[in-house]
Amino acid sequence: MKQKKIAGGSTIRAYTRRWWPLFLGPVVCAFIIGFVWPFIQGIYLSFCKFRLISDAQFIGLGNYIKAFQDPSFIHAFWYTALFAIVSLVIINVLAFAVACALTQGIKGSNLFRTVFFMPNLIGGIVLGYIWSMIFDGILGRFGTSILLESRFGFWGLIILMCWQQVGYMMIIYIAGLQAVPEDMLEAARIDGATRSQTLFRVTIPNVMPSITICMFLSLTNGFKLFDQNLALTGGQPFIIQSGGTTVKTTEMLALNIYNTFYGSSSASQGTAQAKAVIFFILVAGLGLAQLAYTRRKEVQQ
Amino acid sequence: MKKLLALTLAAVMTLALLAGCGGKDGGSTPDTNAPDTNAPAADGNTTAPDDSKPAASGSVYWLNFKPESDEVLQNVAKLYTEKTGVEVKVVTAAAGTYNQQLNAEMDKSNPPTLFVIGNQAGVKDWADYAVDLTGTAIANELNTDAYNLYDETGKLVSIGYCYECYGIIVNPDLVEKAGHSMDEITNFDGLKAVAEDIHARAAELGFDAFTSCDMDGSSSWRFTGHMANLEYYYEQEGNVWTECPATITGKYMDNFKNLYDLCINNSLTDPKELATGGHDASTEFKTGKAAFQVQGSWEYEGLKNEVPNATMIPYYCGVSGEEKAGLNCGTENCWAINAKASAENQQATMDFMVWCVTDPEASRMLVDTFGVMPYKNAAESTNGFLAAAAEYTDNGCYVMNWATNFQPNVDDYRAALVAALNQYNADQSDANWEQVRTAFVDGWAVQYQNANG
Repeated sequence: MKQKKIAGGSTIRAYTRRWWPLFLGPVVCAFIIGFVWPFIQGIYLSFCKFRLISDAQFIGLGNYIKAFQDPSFIHAFWYTALFAIVSLVIINVLAFAVACALTQGIKGSNLFRTVFFMPNLIGGIVLGYIWSMIFDGILGRFGTSILLESRFGFWGLIILMCWQQVGYMMIIYIAGLQAVPEDMLEAARIDGATRSQTLFRVTIPNVMPSITICMFLSLTNGFKLFDQNLALTGGQPFIIQSGGTTVKTTEMLALNIYNTFYGSSSASQGTAQAKAVIFFILVAGLGLAQLAYTRRKEVQQ
Repeated sequence: MKKLLALTLAAVMTLALLAGCGGKDGGSTPDTNAPDTNAPAADGNTTAPDDSKPAASGSVYWLNFKPESDEVLQNVAKLYTEKTGVEVKVVTAAAGTYNQQLNAEMDKSNPPTLFVIGNQAGVKDWADYAVDLTGTAIANELNTDAYNLYDETGKLVSIGYCYECYGIIVNPDLVEKAGHSMDEITNFDGLKAVAEDIHARAAELGFDAFTSCDMDGSSSWRFTGHMANLEYYYEQEGNVWTECPATITGKYMDNFKNLYDLCINNSLTDPKELATGGHDASTEFKTGKAAFQVQGSWEYEGLKNEVPNATMIPYYCGVSGEEKAGLNCGTENCWAINAKASAENQQATMDFMVWCVTDPEASRMLVDTFGVMPYKNAAESTNGFLAAAAEYTDNGCYVMNWATNFQPNVDDYRAALVAALNQYNADQSDANWEQVRTAFVDGWAVQYQNANG
């Protein structure tokens, strides 16, 4: 009996070893069709002038020069960076706090978890319009609107993103908190550690993997934010400069790329494509740097 | 063995991929060449099927840009397929996304055969993809060439299939209920007196002068697109623009301000609350909550039952001689045939277009949704607002052409204008109006540079 089982197992293993490309194939195909190919084409197009992607005309680095010379792109970059950092901090602190509160065994924890998670299920565009009405319902009483002041737009978007993302990050933190070994906590208690000592010396090092992933998610989400930005303010208010150029004060990078692509002439579509490539390098670079940094702080159990 | 297998699989995968990519190229190349190689045959066809039924070899794919007419177009397409057996596909782009959709669809191996090039900016972008319609069967059916678009070489790029008018919709019953008569409104002073009187007595009358002037995306175009036309129109001073001017002077900005101020300050909604919108101006007008609304002829179908006497008056704005003003007439509904479609499909599309404007049943359906079609054999219009437009013309009033169609980089230009108007609505100071003027006048030059520089 025993012999047979082992033999059977090893046959399966042998088959798997031989046939793995077949099982990998569909995924690799889909990945190439859905990601690698468009990605390569996108990079190529950033060096082209085009209206339809099937008749693109190679022009070299001109699009990149235009992209870097565009003041609205630079403005959008700093605005996005500020937004990403502020939202990263606030979302993670709030999510961690809520997760801690909901792992204390309060009655109805599951209900709370569900309710906190639910905003995540609503699409960004819908959220943007709903919140613009909420904010204007309040700001209207003071004779102003979220579209009239950039700081309203900024904090409005932060509130919206917190409302949407805290629940999601909370779930990840709860999973992490539940995995903190009970004996470690008990040992800390017996050794007379204070609550803050337990939190910073035991709990946080143990949930570091969750913190890594949550920070990665909220940082890249902050940078890639598009729907909510479009629906909530659409870049308003603008500063109308003398000479007629405008600065869209609450326009983030993704929206800037979108507006460049569709707002202007065919010459600007290549510029938008170049911006998108720069954007990709930026998000990927920042994300990886952050991953590498927080990974170092993780502890292995 | 293992390595060999893996290699084979990898090779198969790569081949399949290459075949996939190659297939796309292979599919599109004949398409682009087809019109050239088959051109003589197509020419032969245009003369042949005049008396016979349209050949059922090609098919029609109409990329429509007006969501509100989608239902009717689908019915017309079905009717045509029933009658002739030619397949007609109508796809409607969601509001405001026509350009994106056109961009995407034109790239496919089965691109639209019939699409819309609505203004000079569109001509600039898409003229190369459009068949020259000069002297074709559809061009011969027109009763005016006022709504056609040509590129700089004189090629007839697209051809108007309907036109519209806009101005100020009035509910005459409410004006009379307030103790005024429509005869008082022949210029800006008359309009202002009536509107301000109604607004002042709104609580007592139970209705207000103007409907809400929301500045959100669903409504702001009534002001940044339509009302702005009065400035452009008068600025032309009789020399109608044939292409987008690089700069404008804003000479009639004060007149735009006159009418704009009148609208926002005598309406149901406080100007401070307009930025994010949320009011439904059409419903306000239909339910008799307001006597005036800045809108266009396409509203007629929706309100003819509730406000049967509704009529339309011009944008009175304080320009001298404006007693002779008419409505703003023009169109963005212009058909173009895709030059990259196959010859059979181009022919099928042409046959379909001619049928649309000559067949009594089809043109009736289309006219009822579009208002009017400028073709010799199309059905008569029943639209009250277009009738008003015709009446003004008959009385010797000047038609205000749609100079607004020349707005460069229209989305960006209008977005900046909306942002400036929002600031102005919240605080109607001179400084804020200067911002509006900058967005309106200097913004034009900037966007012209962006689009053409």
